[in-house]
Order: sequence, then structure tokens, then C-alpha cells
Amino acid sequence: MELTLKKRNKKTIIPGFSLTLGYTMLYLSIIVILPLSMIFFNTFSMSWSEFYETISHPRAVASYKLTLGTSLGAGLINVVFGTIIAWVLIRYEFPGKKIVDGLVDLPFALPTAVAGIALATLYSPNGWVGQFFDFKIAYSPLGIIIALTFIGLPFVVRTVQPVLQNLSSEVEEASASLGANRIQTFTKVIFPELLPAMITGFSLAFARSLGEYGSIVFIAGNIPMKTEITPLIIMTKLEQYDYVGATAIATVMLIGSFLFLFIINIIQWVTNRKFNQH
Amino acid sequence: MSIQVQNVSKRFGSFQALSDISIDIESGELIALLGPSGSGKTTLLRILAGLEGLDEGAILFDGENITGVSPKERKIGFVFQHYALFRHMTVFDNVAYGLKVRPRKERPSKAEIAKKVNELLSLVKLDNLADRYPSQLSGGQRQRVALARALAVEPKVLLLDEPFGALDAKVRKELRRWLRKLHNEFHVTSIFVTHDQEEALDVANRIIVMNNGKIEQIGTPDEVYENPKSPFVYDFLGNVNLFRGRLHNGKLTQGQFEIDVPTYLDSHEEAVGYVRPHDIHIEKVQTSNDTVAATIVHIHLLGPVVQIELKRDDIDEYLEAEVTKEHFNQLGIKKGDIVYIRPKQLKVFIPEDFSI
Repeated sequence: MELTLKKRNKKTIIPGFSLTLGYTMLYLSIIVILPLSMIFFNTFSMSWSEFYETISHPRAVASYKLTLGTSLGAGLINVVFGTIIAWVLIRYEFPGKKIVDGLVDLPFALPTAVAGIALATLYSPNGWVGQFFDFKIAYSPLGIIIALTFIGLPFVVRTVQPVLQNLSSEVEEASASLGANRIQTFTKVIFPELLPAMITGFSLAFARSLGEYGSIVFIAGNIPMKTEITPLIIMTKLEQYDYVGATAIATVMLIGSFLFLFIINIIQWVTNRKFNQH
Repeated sequence: MSIQVQNVSKRFGSFQALSDISIDIESGELIALLGPSGSGKTTLLRILAGLEGLDEGAILFDGENITGVSPKERKIGFVFQHYALFRHMTVFDNVAYGLKVRPRKERPSKAEIAKKVNELLSLVKLDNLADRYPSQLSGGQRQRVALARALAVEPKVLLLDEPFGALDAKVRKELRRWLRKLHNEFHVTSIFVTHDQEEALDVANRIIVMNNGKIEQIGTPDEVYENPKSPFVYDFLGNVNLFRGRLHNGKLTQGQFEIDVPTYLDSHEEAVGYVRPHDIHIEKVQTSNDTVAATIVHIHLLGPVVQIELKRDDIDEYLEAEVTKEHFNQLGIKKGDIVYIRPKQLKVFIPEDFSI
């Protein structure tokens, strides 16, 4: 009797569990796992020493640093300004708010090459903006950061926005009635609530930046050792029919991205823990 | 701290939330702001807290005009209906918040804060839950944390916005009793908003009944219940039966049925008599001609008071009566019986005087 009861309890009320789970597994296998495993599969045709030589080539190493550094920089810039934009869009009423809200999504919709060409034209030494600066913006890491900031902007805005929306004004009023000033209310009450969403937005923007190619190649100038990003190295190797070399670099990127996302997820789990304890 | 509200008006767009409200509250009172939703009671409370501005009038705390003073300088404690606890802080940190945000000069030391917080937590009987997060607490516990948090700053006025509205009946009753006890110990001037008349009658020293942004009546629970000044108050505080009719020569006439109302001598074409259910006399056999026949539709037999729903035989109106169980047993009535009823006590309002 007890046994049958136990069995029945295991069944959930929501139907279709096995069907949907099976579908999910199949879908993920075809769309995500299969292509990714091909990278490893291809790389395995190299010997260890060949593999090591390819991935530790100074040009490749310089590109890792560049890609990582610019992605981090752009992600951080987006966290700050994306949060401000989300704040303005949620907290204030002003004419044209809907248009501003729509503009935020534009980097999603625009082909990245278009963005890259536009930014390169603007920021090149004799472009509209670039001419006012003594130092180079386009064709330098700074230009890459600008391009990555552009394409990563919607992630932070769109993740912080709903959280801000749901943040009740009552907690701020409670804080004020307890004698806190505005700065204290922001740093002690609002910011901790937003932090998990900001981290999510950051990790999305960061992950997107790591793999970005289209917008950067136009503005970066692609000078080896200086402004050559990892995806471009892969592209170059492919153009030279060095498929195995390309997948070797891709493997490094894949593992690197995975590790970074893993670390960010751990941070997120820690900051989220207090909200989800029951 | 005494509070004066002087001719306060407030509009939200085209909606007149409060119109010309004046109240005097003495130090140490426990006041209930009672009214239906949209009556302006919460708006008034939020204006007292400084969370809402006012269009006209002034607020005085201890004779000092604080109309333009920000909430953080008003030395108030505010308790929200939905607790408004800080989710990312433990119970301890929530209660300590008001002390921790003080400017460095006024801020107590860490040890003093801990001592104070622990005192408050034991007062609200949550000392063993200090390290929990709000999401791990029940509704009643959360509201007690919110109260402790408000009390931590030693407010001169405690303002509570429907503090027990989101809780279930049993917890609500318990917290009600507890709030009254707390008030008896600390004597901090307290104002709470409620739409629950029972809660207001049970807890408050004085009740302010509000409707449509105006004050209908101010008085002790006894006064407002026994002596309502307007049909609205009569209706809002407890159940009531209406006898609509014509007033003439000290008689309220409704078709064939006449009720003696010797205190109302002027004549009106339209008058409404208000009778509480327990003021309706029921008899099985007609003994006098000032009674009217009614059929028993339903009987609620629960506890010491029996509620009887009746339908008038002469007109299509329902009545509600309450009798003691003892009296009910003596009467020996059952559903479907025809009985004769008479209002023992009735208050007449002329609708023209109270255009609702």
C-alpha cells in the first residue's frame, strides 16, 4: 500500500513531463551540444604539442587578452549606464519615453556589420567624432570597447528594468521613514535588490562580447598583436584552410567562456541566495 | 506627541481625496481611521507621515508646523500593509536599519544597537528568528518585524496602514490584542488605518470615521456605535435594517405599518429609520398592532447569538434580526414560520440632510 502511494506521489499534476523533457534534451543536443562537440572532435586530430603551439602563439595570446579585456570593460560600462537608463525608463515620465525605450533594442536588431561600419566612420581619426580627439579611438582597443558597449547595451537594460519595475516604492518609503537619506536608501535598499539583475545583465553582455565579430572587425583595424580579436584569428585561420588550427583556438574560447560564465553564475547564486530561501 | 490636522485638502488629478479635514489628536491616543476604500484614510495617514504632500492646510506635531518637513525628520514609525521589509537583510538587520542609518554623531555603538534590537525582538517574540530572512517568515511574523523596525527609532508617533489587512483572521485578532497591549505599555501616539469596523471598535480609544474624503464622525467606539451621527456611520459600523417611509406627527409610516417615533415631530415625505439587528423584537403571536408580519428565510445558529433572516410579508424587503439563544429557544421558531416584528429602537435620518 505504502509503495503504491509513493509511486503515485512521484507523478506530478502537470502533464507531459516526459514528452517535454525528451524534446528539450533532443533539441539541446542538436542545436547546442552537437556543434560544440564537433569543435572538440576536430581538435583531437592534433597532437598535444601542435595544439599547445597553436593556442600559445603570441598572436593568439595577445588576442585572448584583448578580447577578454575589452569584453570586461564594455560589460562594466554597460552595467553602470544600462542601469541608469533602466532607472530613467522606469522611474520618470517624459515625452518620447516610448521611443527611447525602443531605441534600447536597436543594437539587437541592427546587423552588427552595419553598427561596425557606422562606428568606424564616426570614430576614425577624421570622422565626425574622432577628429576632436588627439588619440586614436577607432583602430585601437578603445574602439573595440565602444563597439562592444553598443551591442551589449540592451542586455543590462532589459534585465534590470523588470526588477526595478517590481521594486515596490514602499521599501523606499519605509527606508525614508526610518530616517535614511536618499543616498543611504539607494546604497542600502535599492542597490542590493538590483545587484542580481545587474550581474545577470553583465554576464549576458559579457558573453555576447566574447563572441562578437561583425561590428569589431570594422572598427578594430585588426593589427596583429594590438587590435586583433580571437574570433578574427579563427576567421583568418579558416580562410587559410587551417580548420584544425581554427578549432583549436575555438576550443580555448569555448572553455574560457564556459569558465567565466560558471564563475559569474556562482557569484549570482551567492547574491541570489538570500532572496530565495524558504 | 499631540497632532493637529488643520483644514487639510488633497487632490489626485480630478479626484478629491481629502477635503478640508481637521482633527485634534492628543498625546498618547490610539486612533483608528475607519472608512471604506477610497475614503481617503490612507492618504491622510501618508500625509501625516510626510510620504504624500498636501494641497492646502497644515500638520502640527506638538504645536509645531511640520507640513514641509521630510519623513526622515518627522520622527515617526510607519508600518505598511504589506510589511515593506528589506528582503536582502536578516530580521536583525531590518530592525537595526533605522539605528544604523543615523548620522555618525547620533548613531549608537554596535553593542548598543545589538542590545536594542534584541530587546525589540524579544518584545515581538521573534528573538530566535533574528538571523532569518523575511522570505522565511510567516505573514504575522513579518508584520511583527515591521513593527519592531518602526519602534526601533523610538518614534513619537506610530502610523500603521492597515497593519493586519493581509493576515488571516486568527493572527489578526492576536496582533490586535498585542498592539493594544503595546500601546498601553509605551503610550506612543498611534494612528492606524482600517476598513474593518470590528478592528476599530476593538482596538482604538477613538475612532475617526471617514467617507469620500470627509470626516463623518469622531468619537469613542461606544459613541460611534451607539450614537451614529449619519446614515453612513450607522451603515458602516455593524449591520443595519432600513425602514423607508413618511414621517408625520411622530410616526414613521410605511404603507400599513406605523412606527412610533415620538422624538421626531417634524414632517417629511421621505425618511429612513435605521434599526440594528439586535434591536428588532420578534414575537410569534401578534400582541399589538405596531408589529409587522414577516417570514423566516434563514436561521444562523452559531454561538450565543442567533441570526435570523426575515422577509417582510407586506413589502418585498429582507430584514436581519439577532436574538440570544435563550430567547430563540423560548420563541420556538423555525424556518418558514410567520412571526411579528417590531423595532425596539430606531434612529431616523432624513435623506435630504445627508445627500449621499
